[in-house]
Amino acid sequence: MAINVQSQPKLQDRQAVINDFAFSVATKNGSGSQTSNNVLVKSLFQMGIPVSGKNLFPSNIKGLPTWYTIRASKDGYTARKAITEIVVAYNNDTAPEDVSNLPVGGVCVTTDKIARVIKQRDDISYYEIPVAKLMKQTEVPSAFRKLVENMTYVGAVARLFSIPLETIYDVLLANFKGREKPAKMNFDVIQLAYDWTAENIEKTDPYRFEAMDGTTGKIMMTGNDAGALGSIFGGVNVVAWYPITPSTSFVDGIISFRHLRQNEKKENTVAIVQAEDELAAAGIVVGAGWAGSRSLTSTSGPGISLMAEFAGLAYFAEIPSVFWNITRMGPSTGLPTRTSQGDLLFTHFLGHGDSRQICLLPGNLQEAFEFGWKSFDIAEALQTPVFVVSDLDLGMNNWLSDPFEYPDQPIERGKVLDAESLQAFIDEHGKWGRYLDVDGDGIPYRTVPGTDHAFSAYFARGTGHNDMAVYSERSDDWIDNMNRLSLKMESARKMLPQPIVDDAAVADIGIISFGTNDDAIREARAWLSNDGIETDYLRVRALPLSDTVGEFIAGHKSVFIIENNFDGQLNQLIHMESTSDITHLRALKLGDGLPMTPSWIYENIREQEG
Amino acid sequence: MPPRTNHLGLSRNQYKGRPSTLCPGCGHDSISNQIISVAYEMGIEQHKFIKVSGIGCSSKTPAYFLGGSHGFNALHGRMPSVVTGALLANKDLECVAVSGDGDSGSIGMGQFKHVIRRNVPFVYIIENNGVYGLTKGQFSATADEGQFLKYYGTNDMPPIDLALEAVIAGATFVARSFSGDAKQVQALLQAAIRHHGTAVLDIISPCVTFNNAETSTKSYPYGRDHEIPLHEIQILAPDYVDAKEEIEIGDYEAGDIIDVEMHDGSFVRLKKLDNDHDPRNRRMAMEVLERSMREQIFMTGLLYYEEPRPTLADTEQLVDTPLAQLDANSLRPSPQALDQVMGSLMAS
Repeated sequence: MAINVQSQPKLQDRQAVINDFAFSVATKNGSGSQTSNNVLVKSLFQMGIPVSGKNLFPSNIKGLPTWYTIRASKDGYTARKAITEIVVAYNNDTAPEDVSNLPVGGVCVTTDKIARVIKQRDDISYYEIPVAKLMKQTEVPSAFRKLVENMTYVGAVARLFSIPLETIYDVLLANFKGREKPAKMNFDVIQLAYDWTAENIEKTDPYRFEAMDGTTGKIMMTGNDAGALGSIFGGVNVVAWYPITPSTSFVDGIISFRHLRQNEKKENTVAIVQAEDELAAAGIVVGAGWAGSRSLTSTSGPGISLMAEFAGLAYFAEIPSVFWNITRMGPSTGLPTRTSQGDLLFTHFLGHGDSRQICLLPGNLQEAFEFGWKSFDIAEALQTPVFVVSDLDLGMNNWLSDPFEYPDQPIERGKVLDAESLQAFIDEHGKWGRYLDVDGDGIPYRTVPGTDHAFSAYFARGTGHNDMAVYSERSDDWIDNMNRLSLKMESARKMLPQPIVDDAAVADIGIISFGTNDDAIREARAWLSNDGIETDYLRVRALPLSDTVGEFIAGHKSVFIIENNFDGQLNQLIHMESTSDITHLRALKLGDGLPMTPSWIYENIREQEG
Repeated sequence: MPPRTNHLGLSRNQYKGRPSTLCPGCGHDSISNQIISVAYEMGIEQHKFIKVSGIGCSSKTPAYFLGGSHGFNALHGRMPSVVTGALLANKDLECVAVSGDGDSGSIGMGQFKHVIRRNVPFVYIIENNGVYGLTKGQFSATADEGQFLKYYGTNDMPPIDLALEAVIAGATFVARSFSGDAKQVQALLQAAIRHHGTAVLDIISPCVTFNNAETSTKSYPYGRDHEIPLHEIQILAPDYVDAKEEIEIGDYEAGDIIDVEMHDGSFVRLKKLDNDHDPRNRRMAMEVLERSMREQIFMTGLLYYEEPRPTLADTEQLVDTPLAQLDANSLRPSPQALDQVMGSLMAS
């Protein structure tokens, strides 16, 4: 198709800001803006500009305000910025506040209608798009008109900040899976707005994009998709789930990648069951793990609450199973569409009585993929549930990453006995008991149903049992069993993914964090370093904590525990586990529902260390 | 004299589990005994069976039968989800699951309905005594309205009929029996094991400690005096067709016999007694159940049967090999497959 590209607008005298600014797109939920925003982010990605897109959306189907922040960073920093230089103000309800949040010299792209009520600042640039007038000129069928209206800002933004229309068209086509009709319908609106902007608007701001080489060989994906893909490569067999934000797209990801594991007759090696609630989902996962398959569920806080009962059973009956907690803001229903790291302690100690769950804490796309497959190996090696505690920010937003590495270890099923190895076990040890610890690591040998051997059967239960899996209320049996489970957790400490430590600078200040704060921390450390404040950094990747954490704390004069929850839960956990002096620990805890910004970290550390 | 053995060369004792810890005379022990007898008579291979339960007196019983089968005493009311997972993991397994009226009628009503809806193929036994035993005698949701119990007085709530709920949920095999009627329980168990879908057996199983007064419809005396079997039930093995003519029909007219063909080629032969019930008629099944609930008539037998619809594993279009037995090659796509996905996500 023909694409009309106008000559570039004349730059103002102010020094150009290229590929290093953020904008925020304010729209109403359900207005079709998701496609528009995706097209913008993916176009910048195609231009080779490191970029991230974060959706700050309401718990609502239609009407409530939603913001999408897009950050371009030539230096590769993709954390959310506290202040965006540009706002696309397409929601009349929030426009006044959106405009007042702009910094001096900022830019407001808005509709002519909204502009009438918000033009109260003279230190920013306004660009008004006559949306209603433009839409009248299109040939878009009236049924679709409202949905493609947002494409007008894509056209205006493309013109104002220099995104090539060819790139946008390619991204649109990919977005519609190669179907030209919807792509063209949307593109026509973009072209119209682009042309109108070229003819009618004089650019008065310094911001623009320029193609660069910052994304070659990189991928863009959501963490939920990455985790789902990892699970497919980890051999998941049974997926049971109940829809809940922000974990639903995790299962959507498994559905979309399931074909990678189908045979030539298109038959499945992954069963996917939408259960009646999270409780049943957990039960299906535990039943499937007991019967020898690899099973997972994906949920968030309210679902985790319901799964507590099965989590405790699986811990105590020692059944491998994988639970993804795509954390959203609690307590209670909380902020269903906002991110949080507030389930750390709840998930780690999920279950009544003395139970403790393995947690893996992915901090980026690659780890979401890696923990996707590795979680099954860990669950089967340790014969226990594994909780992958991700969050909404990683799960639902588009992240930039190096491509994933193929698993570097073969699939490991752990200590599971078939008929032959069971006989060998009995020959060697005189007998086999489901909870008999012959290796001294707290990890027994298991059999699965269907094993054709006279002594393979055992009775799994959440009630007290001895090492032969026989019901027992004896105190000594109970204590022996709990001691073995503790030993197993100690074995786990060494087997789990170890912290990532950047301790080269030999600084006095240490930073400890986990999960998706990573991007913001990396950037804040660079800023601090510019100010002459050097820091070391340890990122926890699994619970129970590695011994490395204690060594890192002992090696620094002051240590900041940075986390995105209100109570400072990692800090509490470290205090709970620490045996030495840790009075030099300082909790930097946030929990405002948004992805952490580098400026918040920078300012807090400056204030205390400056 | 050596003990009698079945075609696998196993004695009946070899189908037993550990000694029961239930009250002497408990109806549940009688059901466990029928399971043992049926498994022995059918000559089932125990390693191909699993036994799963919820929580409660009834749910303790899987420990007392089929010692050679893997068992799972799960959570209160959550047996159906565990069975669902296990049978997805290994669709070649067969399952006998035990629940109670508290388990299925109250805390686990959701799972009871949904496992039927998904048609997970297993035998779902409800050992129904109208009372909570382990917590010492509270009414369950299947207790009759107006019934009196020592500590909790008169029951003000109408009962839930779990057989009726099963039919409504779409179960393809629904039966009611009485644990005091060993012959019928055995016949229904055999049919249920041969069925290819969720088979619900609501067995009235008296609690001798908390709910065995004559006035209770869940008691031994009441059951013995009031049970009205719908049919006389006979299970005819798959090879019976050749010998069809030789089967003793006795006093029955041809129209009084219903032969229900099962998935494995065997037949359940129902000889009509006093009622005209045809279990292949869903409307009739619901009417019988409604009437028996309204008028407190204790009708037992095969209440409803239909040609099985696809099981969950069929719906999921799973590969032939049980998922739990797939080799590593089937569990992990190739490096090229990952490269391809990565390529599709890269900037072009």
